[in-house]
Amino acid sequence: MSARFRPGDAVAVRRAPSLGHLRTPHYVKGKMGVVERVCGDFPNPEELAYARDGLPKRALYRVRFNQRHLWPDYGGTDEDTVDVEIYEHWLEPAEELPA
Amino acid sequence: MNEHDHGHPPDQGGPMTHYQIMEEALRGLLIEKGVFTAEDVRREVEKMDARTPARGARVVARAWADPAYKERLLSDGTAACEELGLDMGQTYHLVAVENTAEVHNVIVCTLCSCYPRNLIGLPPDWYKSRAYRTRLVREPREVLKEFGLDLPGEVTIRVHDSTADMRYMVLPARPAGTEGMSEDELAALITRDCFIGVAVPRAEAVAS
Repeated sequence: MSARFRPGDAVAVRRAPSLGHLRTPHYVKGKMGVVERVCGDFPNPEELAYARDGLPKRALYRVRFNQRHLWPDYGGTDEDTVDVEIYEHWLEPAEELPA
Repeated sequence: MNEHDHGHPPDQGGPMTHYQIMEEALRGLLIEKGVFTAEDVRREVEKMDARTPARGARVVARAWADPAYKERLLSDGTAACEELGLDMGQTYHLVAVENTAEVHNVIVCTLCSCYPRNLIGLPPDWYKSRAYRTRLVREPREVLKEFGLDLPGEVTIRVHDSTADMRYMVLPARPAGTEGMSEDELAALITRDCFIGVAVPRAEAVAS
């Protein structure tokens, strides 16, 4: 497996429209997080949804986002997080996480 | 008149919804074309109905009793379940996330209703509701309070959104007051809502 990112890497979710089958939720688009784990390689569900084979497989990651970064008026603590599974083609390296 | 102790809601004889019609039509066509039989469908429903939270409770009780098993569960959830003889179907990717004194996990699928069905069976209706799916990622502490779980600020909340191929179960923390309990006694403390993360297991009250 030639995963581009590793656990601990800071990544940003591409701010692009989801055309057709949606797997990258809107609430993380344009947001930055940290790779929590590499889940493995899977066929691309955006292709599978249209009866295509989804190959070549894409690397899937769990990315951890800080809630305060996602929601400006988040009511919980500074440490609360959301982990989301995101495919590699939706991720770019982030320079650094926002404070 | 015969008297018995439950009420009778009206028969559901109203018009079918669009998706009920589509399901019946599609199922009928696939049976007609010989893709599968009516018995195949019935058997798949029966298989899923046979999966219950009790299967997951065995996994949690074993993890509480055996630290090495717990590590195997956290590293490969599906393999750990299969180790106990639990059939998980083909290529299932179960991830167990561990509750501790500092961290509380809770599961949602904002995009649809992904849920660890192959371990513990079907999700409750509220889990599939738009209200739960939209609110849990946004205001988890408020939602948990509505389920009766009010966690202090010292506990970090981790929400897990099952957006792709992984399926999640919360590995609850072993409650105090359970020392010396057998695995069967421990398993009886663990309910469906504990796997989702909207509840935590509690030891039965012990008479002093």
